[in-house]
Amino acid sequence: MNANQPNSFRNQPDEFGHFGQFGGRYVAETLMPLILELQREYEKAKTDPTFRDEFESLLEHYVGRPSPLYFAPRLTEELGGAQVWFKRDELNHTGAHKINNCIGQILLAIRMGKTRIIAETGAGQHGVATATVAARFGLPCVIYMGAKDVERQQPNVFRMRLLGAEVVPVESGARTLKDAMNDALRDWVANVHDTFYIIGTAAGPHPYPELVRDFQSVIGREARQQMLDRTGKLPDLLVAAIGGGSNAIGLFHPFLDDPDVKMLGIEAAGHGLDKEHAASLAGGRPGILHGNKTYLLQDEDGQIAEAHSISAGLDYPGIGPEHSWLKDIGRVEYDSVTDDEALEAFQLLCRTEGIIPALEPSHAIAAVARVAPRMGKDEIILANLCGRGDKDIFTVADALGVKL
Amino acid sequence: MSRLAAAFAKDRPALVTFVTAGDPTPDATPAILDALVEGGADVIELGMPFTDPMADGPAIQAANLRSLGAGTRTADILRIAGDFRSRHPDVPLVLMGYANPMTIRGADWFASECAQAGVDGVICVDIPPEEDGEIGPALRDCGISLIRLATPTTDAMRLPTVLNGSSGFLYYVSVAGITGTQQAALDTIEDAVGRLKSATDIPVAVGFGVRTPEQASDIAKVADGVVVGSALVELVARHGADAAGPVRDLTGMLAEAVHAAR
Ligand SMILES: Cc1ncc(COP(=O)(O)O)c(C=O)c1O
Repeated sequence: MNANQPNSFRNQPDEFGHFGQFGGRYVAETLMPLILELQREYEKAKTDPTFRDEFESLLEHYVGRPSPLYFAPRLTEELGGAQVWFKRDELNHTGAHKINNCIGQILLAIRMGKTRIIAETGAGQHGVATATVAARFGLPCVIYMGAKDVERQQPNVFRMRLLGAEVVPVESGARTLKDAMNDALRDWVANVHDTFYIIGTAAGPHPYPELVRDFQSVIGREARQQMLDRTGKLPDLLVAAIGGGSNAIGLFHPFLDDPDVKMLGIEAAGHGLDKEHAASLAGGRPGILHGNKTYLLQDEDGQIAEAHSISAGLDYPGIGPEHSWLKDIGRVEYDSVTDDEALEAFQLLCRTEGIIPALEPSHAIAAVARVAPRMGKDEIILANLCGRGDKDIFTVADALGVKL
Repeated sequence: MSRLAAAFAKDRPALVTFVTAGDPTPDATPAILDALVEGGADVIELGMPFTDPMADGPAIQAANLRSLGAGTRTADILRIAGDFRSRHPDVPLVLMGYANPMTIRGADWFASECAQAGVDGVICVDIPPEEDGEIGPALRDCGISLIRLATPTTDAMRLPTVLNGSSGFLYYVSVAGITGTQQAALDTIEDAVGRLKSATDIPVAVGFGVRTPEQASDIAKVADGVVVGSALVELVARHGADAAGPVRDLTGMLAEAVHAAR
């Protein structure tokens, strides 16, 4: 590491929510007082043992943490290189890592006396997790979901409704995650007095990127200890898929100051980086959207481009600001995986390990399949298996030309 | 005296009108702007279309999409502004929009293009005072007013932060919500404007949810200016390239109501 590197990679953001030039609080004035109040409340909650106890107790008894750390023997053998391990966050209640963050945020909402919950969702995993915690705490809940995602994630739409949430299909723009976030922000502006917005990824105005990261860091903290307990060493490489970047930063953050641990974040290359895709770091430039400055897919005028990924959870033209910073300073490497590669990796994991992954972590698995053969058999890759694939079987069947 | 200051220094409340640039097409906008001036608008707000207008309701969202769908580029908007300035040397023109299109080539670039085009002020919805460095210094260096928004959630503690660096006028958003929503109750608006005016010397214009001459007149009794947007944008939606006539008529009625309010 060169002399320009900070002493620690783990003390971002600054008090204004900046990760280097990224992050910040780019919101309408109506929201600003609430954002500041949330920041104050989160600062207090962070050091409040009652808050921490309640968070940890719910993670253990309601979510089912710690999630296992699993060595994948047949996949390792098939790839013929580094040992492949998975952090099994797909075994969480509701089937993805999203619930970790939702537990933390709903506890904040209750602390702040808010009585109504809203959220945006792409794949529906965050929507399901939000609807779940809202039901658990008895708060009414409205989920904004792009109309296109409502079509391709029907099982999750039904789940949210079963859980008592109102699901609002968003017809504006490309009718996906970005547009759902716009409508959630519009709802929030009109209902700031009683409403808490549970943002589903490590993005948005400060303090969201920080608090989502902190709540998701349970993934990396557990994995780091589990890996030390099981192997006596740290992994050589971490791999995680990136939509907004919450499962990735949750895995990466506790390892950022371990200089020998390399990290690889995987964006969705969709049909290919020269065609429609969702890889904001690979194909975007810094800009301002949804409350933060970060890499965005956009044209020369700053108009936001429509993203594409087979995975609804990665189909977003931006990325959390901490990843933009980690990319620019070079601490984390970022690459991308196409729809086709992800589909292949999806089937590979089903076949070799008896695990049906979500399409989002299938992107990470495809990257593992790419790099593992080039690494030594004594090296360890730890990938985040951040969601299970039940929700995706219709999409996958469709892509494989199978009629259900 | 600056054009904005002059517009508010007349012995009557000011009418501020909003339309989206390039809606329905860049070619149609000049005639619509002229109609606003002919109808008696005192300040023109020209919306810069954005793909993700998070603070806007359905009417202005649709206007943004129509404009972008017609191929409107930032260069077109600056040209529309510059041509407006040539035709109307004395009518203040304010650009209103979102941070990304304004800052993507650098705030300095944007500010100097605005200055060259004769733009008097800029309203950026998603740059709060906390992020002033993103655009404020560049605008002030070019002598362009940064018009900030105050809202029902802007409390007394926070108001000085909002006012610091604001100029031209203060835009009071009368309801916590998006554009095109219901107007707030008149007595709460009167209270709020009173509080704002005791904290600043710059004029206070009130907007969000003002649609009719009656509403505009009521607000003009208590504020320095009244902003009307969605109602005009809806006329453009209905009449498209032929919107200038209807826009002139509504602006005329609004101006009459506002100017005669007190
Ligand atoms: C299983 C799963 N993984 C990943 C993501 C992407 O989000 P993030 O990058 O914040 O982890 C989603 C989003 O819906 C998801 O459902």
